[in-house]
Order: sequence, then C-alpha cells, then structure tokens
Amino acid sequence: MEIKAPTPQVPPPVWTEFKDLQEWEKYHQERPEGDKHSALFESVTEGIHHFPGGFLVTTVADSFLNWARKSSVWPVTFGLACCAIEMMATFASRFDVERLGMVPWASPRHSDLMIVSGTVTIKMAPMLKRIFDQMPDPKWAVSMGSCANSGGPFRHGYHVVKGVDRVIPVDVYVPGCPPPPESLLNGLLLLQDQITHFRTTGKRAAPAAKTD
Amino acid sequence: MSAEGDGSLLTVTVPPDRWAELGRFAKETLGCLYFNFLTAVDWKDQGLEVVARVENLDVGLAVTMKSRLGAGQSACASLVPLYPGADWMERECFDMFGIRFEGHPDLRRILLPQDWEGHPLLKSYAVDTAHPPYR
Repeated sequence: MEIKAPTPQVPPPVWTEFKDLQEWEKYHQERPEGDKHSALFESVTEGIHHFPGGFLVTTVADSFLNWARKSSVWPVTFGLACCAIEMMATFASRFDVERLGMVPWASPRHSDLMIVSGTVTIKMAPMLKRIFDQMPDPKWAVSMGSCANSGGPFRHGYHVVKGVDRVIPVDVYVPGCPPPPESLLNGLLLLQDQITHFRTTGKRAAPAAKTD
Repeated sequence: MSAEGDGSLLTVTVPPDRWAELGRFAKETLGCLYFNFLTAVDWKDQGLEVVARVENLDVGLAVTMKSRLGAGQSACASLVPLYPGADWMERECFDMFGIRFEGHPDLRRILLPQDWEGHPLLKSYAVDTAHPPYR
C-alpha cells in the first residue's frame, strides 16, 4: 500500500483581521484619578474615624482587612522572559509560595498581584498595562529583574521600555539578572509587609523602609 | 545542467539590477530550492548590502548572494516570486533597514508596530530616540 503525504489544509489567514496594538490602545481609556474607593465609602470611614473613639473601629477593621489581603495575594500568571523561569520555580513545590497564600491564577480579574518578570518591550507595554488595568483594586505590582527595573542589559535597545514603572506603578523592585527564587520570595515577603500597612481610608502605603 | 558539490559554499556578488536574475539562476540551474535567510548590512557611506543564502540540500551546495545597493539607494528586487519563503524575511528586512523590495506582494512591517518611525538597524538610527508614551 502506498502511503501518500497528507495534503496540507491551509487555513485562511487570520492576520488580515489583526488590529494593531496601537489601534487597540485607542480603545483603552485612562483610569480616572482617585477611583481607588468610592467617595461615599471614603466619607463614611472618615466620619467614623473622627467620631470619638471611632478610630478604634477603623484601625481594627484596617488591620483585619490588611491581614486578609496579605494572606491571599494571588499573582496573575504573567511571564515575559527568562525571569519567568525563576518565577515558575518560586511557584513550584521547592519554594512553594502557596504556603504564603499565593496561588498563581490565570485570570487578571481574580488576581491581586502582577509580577512583571522580564523585559518589557514597547510593543508589549500596552498589553501589560491593559492586563494590569483589568485587575480589581486593591492590586500590587512587583518588578522582577534588571530588565523590568530599568531596562537592564537591553536599556539602550531601540525597543525596550526603560523600566516597567514607566507603564504601571510598582510596589517592590527585585534586583537580579535573573533573581533567584529566594530573591523573589524575599520581595514577596516585603510586599506582604507593605500590604500590612495598606490603609483603607487613605492612599497606598509608602514603600517599606526596610530593604533587606 | 546540474549542480555539483559536496558541502561547498559559493559567494556571488552582483549589481542590484541582476539580483532577481541571480536568484532565478540559483533556483532553476543550481537547484537551490531551500531559502535559508535574507538580511542586510549597513555600510554607512557605501550604502546598504543585501545578503541572502539559498541552498541545494540534495548536494550540499550553499550559495550566498550579495548585492550592494549603492549609497542612498534603498530599492531592491524581490525574491518572493521565486522563493515564497522570502516573504517574511523581506518584510523583516524592510522593517529593520527600510529596503523597498519591488515586487513584494505585501510589504508591511512585521516585528515593530505599524506606526513606528524609522528603521532601527540602520547605523544612522538614534538609539535613544524618545518613543512616547513609554520611553
């Protein structure tokens, strides 16, 4: 019996439907300033806070909410480059960030943390910002590795964003090229320490003073 | 006529108006059916040079084709009618060096965004050019 090679079925080209990233970016609207909390919520908490003895209620509520937040930080599954390998090692059983309450989740709608692990190119930056904007508040970002911190060895490349903090606000910078899982784990612990000081009634907490 | 050779490497330099003719000779006479790569070199004052390699995998013959476009010139004949595999490589070459391949069916940018200004692998491209909004 003669065996014939299968005739390749060429699918219709889908790239003719492809819209350019900058075209998508036009649909993307900037998040208005100060929508972290609704004004009603803020005025109610401010009212309780200024009531005699009311600060006890707000601080206890704050610490309870912050405990809940820091105990279930779910990072969105978002790997960009070689740092993502170290990030995967951190997620895996040897270093196991799940004991800290971190579950890598494959949906930005259910995530609280974005670990930017790798080089951010100018073409990727709108998509990164869109994913970050899809995440519900409160949300945090960890810049992992030299490339995401400052552009790293590709800083003078024509296509590299010189630091992901030009695109999204970053809470913790993890140095290294790439950072070993221990470094990322330390950064995540610093982030949890920072979340402990997150205030419900105010703005985002200042970056943690301790760096080691 | 058939091509002979055993692991041999051949480099041919032609003027740009005979570029497509050389490609046709390499494909039809030398039997180089495999289009390996296409790129370009920026020699600053002396202009751009297009480099392509085609191979005859049966006899192990590799033909490197070169062509100096001349100072200030950016037009070159396209090899897509001969080698369909040259399609995306010529688009990339256009993207990075700004070489206009005449006869290419769909000469658009392939790696960079469509509204990118300039061709970044040219020596005259300023690397630290501001590219709003991200740098």
